[in-house]
Amino acid sequence: MLPTPKGAFALAAGTAMLAMLPFMAQPYYVELATTALVAAMLALSLQLLVGCTGLVSLGHGAFYGLAAYTVYLVTPEDAGLSIMITLPLAVLTAGGAALLVGALSLRTRGFFFLMVTLAFGQMIFFIFHDTKLGGGTDGAYLARPALSFLGLELTYTRRQRPVYLYYVALVQLVAMYLFLAFLLRSLFGRVLEGIRVNEHRMRALGYDTYRYKLAAFVIAGALAGAAGHMWAMHRAFVNPEIVGWHRSAEALLMILLGGLQSLHGPILGALAFTGLGELPQLVGDAKPLARFFATIGLDDFGVRVQALAERKLLLEGLVILAVVLALPRGLASLRLPRFIRPAYGEPPARDEQVRP
Amino acid sequence: MSLAGFLAQLLNGVQYGLLLFLIASGLTLIFGVMGIINLAHGSLFMVGAYVAFLVTRSVGSVWLALPVALLAGAAFGALLERGLFRHFYKRDHLDQVLLTFALILLFEEARSIFVGNDFYSVPVPTAFDFSVPITAGFSYSAYRFAVIGVCLALAVALFLWIERTRMGAIIRAAAEKPEMVDVIGIDARRVHMTVFAVGTALALTAGVLAAPLYSVYPGMGDGFLIISFVVVVIGGLGSISGAFWSALLIGLVDTLGKAYVPAVAGLAIYVLMAAVLLWRPTGLFGQRG
Amino acid sequence: MKADSAPVLETTALSKSFGGLAAVRDVSIALRRGELHAVIGPNGAGKSTLVNLLSGELKPTSGEIRLDGRLVDSASAPRMAQAGVARSFQRTNIFPPLSVLENVRLAAQAIHTPTRELLRPRSSARDLDARVAVVLEHIGLHEARDRIAGTLSHGEQRLIEIAMTLAGDPRVLLLDEPLAGMGNEESEAMARLLKGLARDYAVLLIEHDMDFVFSVADRMTVMVEGALLASGAPQEIRADAAVQRAYLGAPS
Repeated sequence: MLPTPKGAFALAAGTAMLAMLPFMAQPYYVELATTALVAAMLALSLQLLVGCTGLVSLGHGAFYGLAAYTVYLVTPEDAGLSIMITLPLAVLTAGGAALLVGALSLRTRGFFFLMVTLAFGQMIFFIFHDTKLGGGTDGAYLARPALSFLGLELTYTRRQRPVYLYYVALVQLVAMYLFLAFLLRSLFGRVLEGIRVNEHRMRALGYDTYRYKLAAFVIAGALAGAAGHMWAMHRAFVNPEIVGWHRSAEALLMILLGGLQSLHGPILGALAFTGLGELPQLVGDAKPLARFFATIGLDDFGVRVQALAERKLLLEGLVILAVVLALPRGLASLRLPRFIRPAYGEPPARDEQVRP
Repeated sequence: MSLAGFLAQLLNGVQYGLLLFLIASGLTLIFGVMGIINLAHGSLFMVGAYVAFLVTRSVGSVWLALPVALLAGAAFGALLERGLFRHFYKRDHLDQVLLTFALILLFEEARSIFVGNDFYSVPVPTAFDFSVPITAGFSYSAYRFAVIGVCLALAVALFLWIERTRMGAIIRAAAEKPEMVDVIGIDARRVHMTVFAVGTALALTAGVLAAPLYSVYPGMGDGFLIISFVVVVIGGLGSISGAFWSALLIGLVDTLGKAYVPAVAGLAIYVLMAAVLLWRPTGLFGQRG
Repeated sequence: MKADSAPVLETTALSKSFGGLAAVRDVSIALRRGELHAVIGPNGAGKSTLVNLLSGELKPTSGEIRLDGRLVDSASAPRMAQAGVARSFQRTNIFPPLSVLENVRLAAQAIHTPTRELLRPRSSARDLDARVAVVLEHIGLHEARDRIAGTLSHGEQRLIEIAMTLAGDPRVLLLDEPLAGMGNEESEAMARLLKGLARDYAVLLIEHDMDFVFSVADRMTVMVEGALLASGAPQEIRADAAVQRAYLGAPS
């Protein structure tokens, strides 16, 4: 199932490192790490389309958000349902929506595909934003799914909760990774690889590429559903923002950060992205820039620079610019040690993907 | 609803559709000629709206904002093309998407830093702040008529430019056959810059015209961007006349839908897009694949 | 080399126009098993369009295509490939970042892997690998099997094209200028290969090298401006006055 003993070792080591985190970090950071794991699940599910099949979708976040809303919609007000009910429901709903959206949008290619996935994703956004179905623009709180399996329930106190939820997310992330690794090493994965490299030739060889792409789209959507479910469980809150297309763009950024050529890339990208998102907060707490400029007598200027540094979207925008301008292959183009580089296929020639 | 009410909604739909055309035509031109998707096109629309707001606040009339938007937009577009987009024509979709996504974030932050995060209304210029009586019981906003007029004038100018000039011929050729861009040779850079400048100027102008109608607010470009995508998908790749008819169609469907069947109106245009994708995936007016 | 009498792939009055321009006009040809049917004609005569029509990549404007007597003119490219019509491309069309083995394996898998087996791990697909090994041996690429296709010479990449068309065990081969851009030595090897292929398949060959065409073809069709100018055995074509005037006499 795994590529090499080395790959298996890297996976085990990475998992072990992540598994030890709750023993070392404060609850705030455990919760932050859970946020990062959810982002990693989303980015990993999208990698099946972007890195593996060469399909850049801007509607992926919609399936994620739809799944989170599904949890909200099926959960009674007072008590959470079993995760054994909510997770399959969320995954099925997201997969079903992906089937409908994919069936239509895969009739187009390249940029049209981008625009159509974006538009359909936004349609799902508007459903939650403009109707009272899910609490409207303000969002809504929900009772978390319970960790009960076949009558056995794993209970936890409020203080233990961050750690429990962290492990629930970690288990799902690892499972998703293994599932995708298995999928990509199957004959099906080989077809996706062929489509990414040269779809025209694949059709001439006898592959009905539409069906394969649709299958990948549905699987990716369903996996995004698992990520959205975990988000709802983590935050116990849903709002239209999680359905919006900015989430999809951020997931693409995580993939680009981590690199298109591997399955662990999106995970690393998601961790980096989440960490980056914390920077303005940290800077805001410590006010280093304001203090520095105050020491050299530029108080006003320092306050302004400090205010700029605390702007999250400004930082995000600048980081993206820097990455697309300077690191077109993501952080992977920095010379990383071998074991965290390719996990599937050959490194695609980037030019090969540019077939509109 | 009365006949007068229906007429008013019809005109609203036409006016909204024409505004969408200004945005979508730039998108489809830039896309058709350079093969690049500009997600920040909606932000350019937002910039136009804020230009209207700022000019109105300091000078008192939105009319001055119109030439400012046209000229500054053209210059700004040329600058963007030269400094940034030019380097991304050969890059893959993912890079282009993220580049333009970054621009959206930066435009929004710039808006937040320089103007703030509040909603502002922009007054309709006093010269047009009245209603034109059409029939005994029905009159219609003079400003909306003016918007329709300006949009139509720009649309005609755009058609003439595309259909009657040498550069227009090159643009049509490039949109039909991307390989043609190589044949254009030395002209290509100038064509790219011009197309980008025109597209940007049109988006800013649309923003200016829209400001008194819809107010200005954070993230206002997003909604218009996505509707413009729907317009381009329905209209077909790189087709200006396709964008025109499809923008009118969307404007009417959306406006009339919201007036008569508000419960499902938000979905109407997406259902329309789905139908077009099923029937003709290359768009109603695009070339058949 | 006696051809079976019933045609495998046959067209009747096949036409294709783009806009107002007719690229293929009223072409009727028949491909039989064991017969190498060469189509010649000047550039722009519609030869590649003909291949694109036969392979399902383009839909005819009018006329019929029959495979084993059954109408297939609305079949898609994947459908035609599945039905046993394999093609090669004039401009090398392979998977450059993949190895030679993987290139050909994709071709074999397209035809020989039922949907229910798609989730099998790649490493367990020995049956596919065995087929691929036979094809690579036949083509003479077995020693390069693990090299990245994009790094091979032009001639070797042309061979990958051919290997990919053979790997799905097709009945009809549509070969669009397989010798294009090859050096002398390479094209001789390719020529030997193609001669051998005619025994087992119904072959349609598009080629500009006249000496080669006349030495391998069992049947020839001359196309000019989208239309069929002449069709017959090579010696008949050589003797045909119209062909002499329109094509053979003139430098191509």
